[in-house]
Amino acid sequence: MIRVLLILLGFQLAGETAARGVGLAVPGPVLGLAGLFCAFLLVPRLASYMQDTVQGLLSHLSLLFVPAGVGVVANLDVIAAHGLGLFVALAGSTILAILAGVGAFLLVARITGSTDAGDAGDG
Amino acid sequence: MDEALTLWSYLARDPLLWLTLTLGAYVSAEGISVLCKRHPLANPVLIAVILLALVLRATETRYDTYFAGAQFVHFMLGPATVALALPLYLNLGRVKRAALPMLAGLLAGSLVAMLSALGLAWAFGLRGAALLSLAPKSATAPVALGVSEAVGGIPTLTAALVILTGIIGAVVATPMLNALGVKDWRARGFAVGVAAHGIGTAHAFRINPMAGAFSGIGMGLNAILTAVLAPLVVGLLF
Repeated sequence: MIRVLLILLGFQLAGETAARGVGLAVPGPVLGLAGLFCAFLLVPRLASYMQDTVQGLLSHLSLLFVPAGVGVVANLDVIAAHGLGLFVALAGSTILAILAGVGAFLLVARITGSTDAGDAGDG
Repeated sequence: MDEALTLWSYLARDPLLWLTLTLGAYVSAEGISVLCKRHPLANPVLIAVILLALVLRATETRYDTYFAGAQFVHFMLGPATVALALPLYLNLGRVKRAALPMLAGLLAGSLVAMLSALGLAWAFGLRGAALLSLAPKSATAPVALGVSEAVGGIPTLTAALVILTGIIGAVVATPMLNALGVKDWRARGFAVGVAAHGIGTAHAFRINPMAGAFSGIGMGLNAILTAVLAPLVVGLLF
């Protein structure tokens, strides 16, 4: 578990360093994700080595957002100050964005024949 | 009574108390969610946040004090983001075959999130920095904060809008997409990741592993696209 954590932190650190060094708008952890993905392609064994710990971590991804969520409640007056409009805009745009994303995905999947039916079973 | 107060004032300043309460609130929220048969409204993040907010209010604890303990949990967001490389790798075959649908879903989801948020808020009379703070709200927090600052928004307001967007997405996605009869887990996960970043992805992993993998990709791609698109969209509109 400690070794897996070391690998994750190592890639995050490399990502942060690269993001700062080059001045990219992409956050360090996202670059770290890309780096680790490349490492999996080069060393497939690494993926099975990390699998159990990573799946344990990802199954509790929700927990990690709790502190930031409490921060929102602590600053709820900031949002309330801007009234109902802000909340309607958030809810409306999130619903529309999900619908647009699903719609566009399914439309292009149908056009290109990239349906999921043939994929059932491999993972 | 005095002794109890002394003990409390010691514990309340110690990170241990708030770290323990954060984990306790999450475990309780998980329990409540299971009791509610995983009803989407019983979202564990939402319940845990409400429980902790009530405790903070009842004990008149400042957020800074709370965060001194909770930061250890918050910190794990970074390594967890890196860890999303694994589901991406395990689903590589699927991901390659879905490249074009993902590109379409990404462009549509990202643009609609930005334009409809700005449009709706405009219609409700919002102007200026508060309005601009909405532009990057579907991107993951670190990107959204940087973009907010770049387009003339208020980063602290954007931080709150990002979290709320994630919670709204996690709560509405499943009932809405079930009602519409969408059965393609790739499309469902991907769209939720684009629209509702990490909180949406956490929800997707809970529903279906493949939806989680695609959601993680959607989140990562929209982080990059929002950083590029938001300044362009804001520049064109305002």
